[in-house]
Amino acid sequence: MDYFHSVRLDKEKCKGCVNCIKKCPVEAIRVRHGKAEIMEDRCIDCGECIRACPNHAKYAERDSLQELTVFEYRIALVAPSLYGQFRENTSPARILAAVKALGFDEVCEVALGAEIVSQAVREYFQKNHHLRPIISSACPAVVRLIQVRFPALVDHIIPLESPMQVTASLMRRKAMQETGLAPEKVGIFFLSPCPAKVTAVKSPVGGVPSEVDRVLAVADVYGRLLENLRQEQPSLTRADRLGIGWGASGGEVAAAGIENALIVDGIHNVISVLEEIELGRLVDIDFIEAQACPGGCVGGILNVNNRFVAGVRLRHLVRDLPAREPLSERLAAFGVPMPKVPEIKVEPRPIVRLDRNLRRAMEKLQQVQALIEHLPGLDCGSCGAPTCRALAEDIAVGKALETDCIFKLREKIMALAQETYNLAQLVPPAMDQNRTPKGGERDAT
Amino acid sequence: MAEVPAMSHDPSYDLKIPVIGHDFLRAGEAASRIKKVLQALNLPPQVIRRASISAYEAEMNIIIHAYRGQLALKVTPDALTLVAEDEGPGIQDIDLAMQEGYSTAPDEIREMGFGAGMGLPNIKKSADKLTITSTVGQGTRLEIVIRIS
Ligand SMILES: Nc1ncnc2c1ncn2[C@@H]1O[C@H](COP(=O)(O)OP(=O)(O)OP(=O)(O)O)[C@@H](O)[C@H]1O
Ligand code: SF4
Ligand code: SF4
Ligand SMILES: [Mg+2]
Repeated sequence: MDYFHSVRLDKEKCKGCVNCIKKCPVEAIRVRHGKAEIMEDRCIDCGECIRACPNHAKYAERDSLQELTVFEYRIALVAPSLYGQFRENTSPARILAAVKALGFDEVCEVALGAEIVSQAVREYFQKNHHLRPIISSACPAVVRLIQVRFPALVDHIIPLESPMQVTASLMRRKAMQETGLAPEKVGIFFLSPCPAKVTAVKSPVGGVPSEVDRVLAVADVYGRLLENLRQEQPSLTRADRLGIGWGASGGEVAAAGIENALIVDGIHNVISVLEEIELGRLVDIDFIEAQACPGGCVGGILNVNNRFVAGVRLRHLVRDLPAREPLSERLAAFGVPMPKVPEIKVEPRPIVRLDRNLRRAMEKLQQVQALIEHLPGLDCGSCGAPTCRALAEDIAVGKALETDCIFKLREKIMALAQETYNLAQLVPPAMDQNRTPKGGERDAT
Repeated sequence: MAEVPAMSHDPSYDLKIPVIGHDFLRAGEAASRIKKVLQALNLPPQVIRRASISAYEAEMNIIIHAYRGQLALKVTPDALTLVAEDEGPGIQDIDLAMQEGYSTAPDEIREMGFGAGMGLPNIKKSADKLTITSTVGQGTRLEIVIRIS
């Protein structure tokens, strides 16, 4: 399957320092020939390796503002976490005006879609009681993590589209109605906090093409946004504070009004919770709000502000914004009907670590176990694999050698050195005074 | 059977993990290791899930109710078998123990979130075959079979 990945390596910058390999939650990185390589069938585009690389060799592929010219009518979609990227008391009305001034005809908050999804989540809970806990589908990195590392849990993911997709399709329909343009003339640009959303657009999880056309990084346009921060345009704000709250961890649960929920952020913390669910625990919890980035989307690596600062800004905003009319009234005033949130189907995509064939996998696993016994167990990473076990698996599938382990190599060299030494001790028979002829052979000649 | 005289030549994968009673710090470790092995073998996700749940509940029962024991896993191309064996007080009335909600776990165990009396029923639901044998005062043995494919 051809699968788009937003997280990539800049070979020039990579020093092969192996800092990134241990941070990857799916062990997708190996350093080979002095450069980090990402295994495409495993990578979930969480961006942890971008965070970890001291040499800025990992980056997130995204689109540029120059793409604006491709479309006749351009719409910007703003993630809720954007509101945490500015100084305290910078109003949404000013931020949205600044976004529009980048060259857009229209701008809309994804927070509006978040409100629509929150309502759908609530309805889903009223109707479905059979499976617990239900896991949020909002973070695309978490959805992909479940697909590859917790494939048995895909049924626990709430089968609802994300706020970004809901907002995008609502805005495209409205733009087409108002301008009479064909769908491909309307360009929808999402201002993204993270690489996972880029992937979610270019390789949608359910296979249905995304309504978003281009993805920009908040960090790329941030400078221009600061310059543009002048006038307020209150008419551009349509979302309520509950939708805006989705930008930080806990916001979804608050907006959907689910009481018995577990909120977890940071990909490694998410893994620890998913592991519990996989062992059959947590059936007494209704909902899991899980976000790959620490602090939620405010902690996304394509954002600019410190995530703690951004988090507190966003929370203050949510606290201080006055409540608005009900969602249905605001949508009516905006001239759009209440959309139905489309369902998504998330398929498992388990990682094949050793072999698809069970018999062969068993043989290789035995080999892995034997190899592990011989490896030093230091998980030092010098071989380019994140753990000794990972190296053993790589060896078993023929992608690495035992001597890739520097300790094994040293043992071999020492053995070789010993042998060389032993050989050096040997003296030609002509010079060897200690050597006594055996069985009178010499006499015979 | 006649055509396949040497059953032992059939490939299989074995793993044995000791479990120590009341060792709550390492609770779940044996089940996690079993899960990792099954994942490495690329078994169907739902088979892994059912085996993980069974292994976890069996492990916890040894930790909570018994003194010491072990979890043994055997995988063959057709099925996986988990055997949980322990030295412990044994189960007096197995039918009763199998009932949902029946538990003899003391209060301090319940405070840790265990003792809902759901472990054995969950194993039963996850397994294709469950055999329990127990001798009071000696110990308990669970054999759990889950078919592959
Ligand atoms: N290995 C064992 N040794 C002795 N008694 C056991 C063992 N396993 C289960 N039992 C008995 O059977 C009862 C029911 O077991 P079960 O696993 O269903 O529930 P539980 O362990 O009490 O609670 P839960 O599994 O929900 O935490 C236990 O309370 C205990 O009395
Ligand atoms: S952290 Fe990874 S990507 Fe960055 S330089 Fe080191 S090996 Fe290369
Ligand atoms: S983006 Fe995430 S999953 Fe992909 S290689 Fe980097 S750390 Fe691993
Ligand atoms: Mg139990």
